[in-house]
Amino acid sequence: MSATTHAQTDELPHFVSTAPFDPYADDKADAGGDGAQASQLRLMWWRFRRHRLALISGIALLLAYVMILFVEFLAPYKVHTRNVDYIFAPPQGVHLFHEGRFVGPFVYGQKMTLDMRNLRRVYTDDTNDIQPLRFFCHGEPYRFWGLVETDRHFVCPAKDGQFFLLGTDRLGRDIFSRILHGARISLTIGLFGVMTSFVLGIVIGGLAGYWGGWFDLVVQRVIEVLQSIPSIPLWLALAAILPVDWSPLLVYLGITVILGLLDWTGLARAVRSKLLALREEDYVLAAQLMGAGSARVIGRHLIPGFMSHLIASATLTIPGMILGETALSFLGLGLRPPITSWGVLLTEARTVSVLALYPWLLFPVLPVIFVILAFNFLGDGLRDAADPYK
Amino acid sequence: MREMLRYILWRFLVMIPTLVLISMLIFTIIQLPPGDYFESYVEELKAIGEKADMQQIDELRARYGFDQPMPIQYLRWAGGMLYGDFGYSFEYRLPVSDVVGDRLWLTILVSTVTIALTWLIAFPIGIYSATHQYSWGDYGLTLLGLIGLAVPNFVLALVLMYLANIWFGTSIGHLMDQKYLAEPMSWAKVKSILEHIWIPVIIIGTAGTAAMVRRVRANLLDELHKQYVMTARAKGLHPFKVLVKYPLRMSLNFFISDIGSVLPAIISGAEITAVVLSLETTGPMLIRALQSQDMYLAGSFLMFLAFLTVIGVLVSDIALALLDPRIRLRGGSTK
Repeated sequence: MSATTHAQTDELPHFVSTAPFDPYADDKADAGGDGAQASQLRLMWWRFRRHRLALISGIALLLAYVMILFVEFLAPYKVHTRNVDYIFAPPQGVHLFHEGRFVGPFVYGQKMTLDMRNLRRVYTDDTNDIQPLRFFCHGEPYRFWGLVETDRHFVCPAKDGQFFLLGTDRLGRDIFSRILHGARISLTIGLFGVMTSFVLGIVIGGLAGYWGGWFDLVVQRVIEVLQSIPSIPLWLALAAILPVDWSPLLVYLGITVILGLLDWTGLARAVRSKLLALREEDYVLAAQLMGAGSARVIGRHLIPGFMSHLIASATLTIPGMILGETALSFLGLGLRPPITSWGVLLTEARTVSVLALYPWLLFPVLPVIFVILAFNFLGDGLRDAADPYK
Repeated sequence: MREMLRYILWRFLVMIPTLVLISMLIFTIIQLPPGDYFESYVEELKAIGEKADMQQIDELRARYGFDQPMPIQYLRWAGGMLYGDFGYSFEYRLPVSDVVGDRLWLTILVSTVTIALTWLIAFPIGIYSATHQYSWGDYGLTLLGLIGLAVPNFVLALVLMYLANIWFGTSIGHLMDQKYLAEPMSWAKVKSILEHIWIPVIIIGTAGTAAMVRRVRANLLDELHKQYVMTARAKGLHPFKVLVKYPLRMSLNFFISDIGSVLPAIISGAEITAVVLSLETTGPMLIRALQSQDMYLAGSFLMFLAFLTVIGVLVSDIALALLDPRIRLRGGSTK
């Protein structure tokens, strides 16, 4: 906006803009993002971007969650496919060159001999048996999303060959495929658990902070009670309640609810203390005078003020839930086969002797570590970004 | 001072309903799974092909009031605890206090060593991370700590056991050589315990250390950006002196509020690690009791842990109120 001024005269002329008045000028400037008037979301994004690890973690997690939609396609085998001739087979390395000649990605066939001294299966690579991997190939048939009958896989073993990237377990099931399938349960269990605790935390903590009085007192006692019982025994006890005859899917839902039920207290406390401070603000009084009910005041005027903080702290509780599921399943109290989660996979490696003979059974721990690290970085980044004015 | 006394008194009064609520909740939890100890006991006997003496079991049931309605069972259990009767463990066929006895001391030993080590390691690292925020050192240490946080404890335990098996040829696990288990304290026993204790300490300590480093770092960072720090720096105070004298002290408040969770942690130890390593601590005992529905053992021990938490929170609240007058002025009354 450059107004032409008459510098020659001593007194400044009365300035009148001839441009028509545009009431949305400010909003347009926001959308343009020229720095001076960036929206809060944009500021948060800028701040978040500075935490490079968080950004990378966020993208990686996004990819992981997209991946669980296409598990059947990505995995070379189905969850329960047994390769009875290949029990406890070690991981097969993917090679590109055979005797200095480029072949493309392939694996060597495995030959099994039984060590008659200790009856141990010994697998050796047969370097004459070259099994090139096939991509976008026809493999085991499956029903994609329960709708489309197909047999297309991203990668399959050679015809009549095998491809065990991470080895097989005691039933000859491919561990790599099982890890991919297990991601479905392990990645969603934390998400659903956090949703449960998020809703409970906001509703209960919100009402306690807003109403105060006896309701607040009762809620505080309940939180105190829940927090003073150590969490693992509480999980155990609650997990033991789930009836044995429940279907695995119901058990899965039950476990998520349990994880959420025990987790909301911290969130409720945060919400409550924030609301205690915010409810004295003038804009709350204004809303009340205009006839807004509790739900509207809390939901429309108070919660948005610190939503970003809540999301950040909720992100940081997801790893705890994933670890919780793993630990519960490891003790045999969480999910049970045929449901496959990373915790269930790890139960296969329960004793040192198994581990000494078949160390590849421990591979499912890698995605656990990866996901937990990623969620921690993401949560850290979100927390830093939650208050971009600081 | 009168105000302070009133605050303490108020906190004590609030403690009573909390404890009553906790005991009710615990009783409900241990009663929730269908059946009782005797039912699972009979099932177990059946599974190995033996017959249980039903008459004896009925007698036991009657003696422990299993035939009476729930509220009466609850009152008997809760009432007994008031004068130190924690009930009877059906599985060990011993009073609960005898079952817990020895295990309690070993657990306290493992936990205090772990916690002391955690603090010793976590503090310097946390301070370094906070003062060198976003440096490579900070990133590296944070990553290392996070890996410690991310690896499930039981996996770490398994891997360490495996490695120790290869490198030292000893089978680890347990807290001492098995021959010392029933023996009274002796130098040989102490030596055996010292040989075994480092593995659980490392395993339980990693996650705790990582979490502690993060908290020290976060709390210190909050303080470091405040204006009084800048003022002190501007006046020419040596950076180290600034750090130790002001923000570090302020950031220690969380340390005191942690007492509430530290106390029960000392007693319960890390259950899952203890199960994997088959330590003679209270964790595996509690888990086993919960699984076999040994209700008095599980219930009384849980109650004991919860009681310690409540006491811990009380102590930390009082300590905080003594340190920070703002807290006691706010305390108790909500506007």
